[in-house]
Amino acid sequence: MIGALVIVFREVIEAALVIGVVAAAVKGLPHRGRRVAAGAAIGVAGSILVAAGLGVLSRLADGRGQELFQATVLVAAGLMLAWHNLYMARHGHEVAGKLTAMGSAVTAGTASVTMLVGVTAIAVMREGSEVALFLYALAAGHAGSAGLALGSLVGLACGAAVGFVLYLGLSRIPVRRLFTISGWVILFIAAGMFAHAAGYLVAVGWLPPLMAPAWDSSGLLSGTSVAGRALGALAGYTPAPSLTQVLFWLAAFVAIGGAMMKHGAKPAGARTMTAHATAAKDPVQES
Amino acid sequence: MMKWRTLCTAVALTLMAGTVIAAKPAPYAIDIHDDHFEPETLTVPGGTRVKIAITNHRSVPAEFESSELNREKVVPAGTTMELWLGPLKPGRYRFFDDFNPRVTGWIVVPDGGHPR
Repeated sequence: MIGALVIVFREVIEAALVIGVVAAAVKGLPHRGRRVAAGAAIGVAGSILVAAGLGVLSRLADGRGQELFQATVLVAAGLMLAWHNLYMARHGHEVAGKLTAMGSAVTAGTASVTMLVGVTAIAVMREGSEVALFLYALAAGHAGSAGLALGSLVGLACGAAVGFVLYLGLSRIPVRRLFTISGWVILFIAAGMFAHAAGYLVAVGWLPPLMAPAWDSSGLLSGTSVAGRALGALAGYTPAPSLTQVLFWLAAFVAIGGAMMKHGAKPAGARTMTAHATAAKDPVQES
Repeated sequence: MMKWRTLCTAVALTLMAGTVIAAKPAPYAIDIHDDHFEPETLTVPGGTRVKIAITNHRSVPAEFESSELNREKVVPAGTTMELWLGPLKPGRYRFFDDFNPRVTGWIVVPDGGHPR
């Protein structure tokens, strides 16, 4: 039972942290809860499909199917996060202005909706398929099924709770700062996803590792520990990355971060937006 | 225009170099059983890419995982999956079955096998 609890918790926490951040980052988006639930439902369905079709998936592309699939969904999630961040760099001030002025839902861009549903689905699918396979392996073994079910449920609940606490904590931040902070956290998550995708391509021999490992910090922070997993989900931490992964991380960070700065850091424009937002507080002007 | 062509050539050459390295055969194998790996310690040369065939002899899926080697790969029951490692530095690298984590094994790269 404890085994199931720990392993399910470790997998769930990775998805839960990412979902906690993205849900907080789209504050003001209508039906957020429903959209997270929809993403999670798609993710659960996807993870069962992946787990059930694993044999087929594994044989694709000369036995490279798993890695190429993982790399593809990671890149897709990373692109959605980057798109959202660029959208927010351009329009974050307007969104924040409307939110502080009216405290109500705002008409959000497609970027935010796609990101919220898509990233939730991918995060759940990636971790969910491992949980499904693990539980199947455990259930087919000797472990008692009642303890197994209980352990898994407790693990799931604890993992989800951690994500929810992160979401609540972020949500308490005033909206303007929240968008800045969540933008940074999402930048780290996205860079980690690209680096992780590069790791899969190195594993199948499509990319050279250049230097493997570039360092080994498993003595400092193990990749299997809960903290290591959490940092893995939030910043792409892996204890012994290849140099290729490190370079992909840096390249993604600089590319997305640079584009955010370029679109967002216009002090004059920002001031006008803030002025607009203050003006919008005037009910006569607004309606 | 020239710049693009130079870049494309460079990328193509890099990819080809990767393919040449990847084409080198390396018949290393690890078998996953219910309570042990066979062999429990696999010795591979350092400084070169090595291919390892991992066969799962259990009736349930297994996940070959090693944070020191920076690899994780699910191996469905009764199948063989191939994995590329390295070039590795001399040392001992622990691996385990993430779905059955009591069972661990080691990949060992001896000193001075291959200058790097």
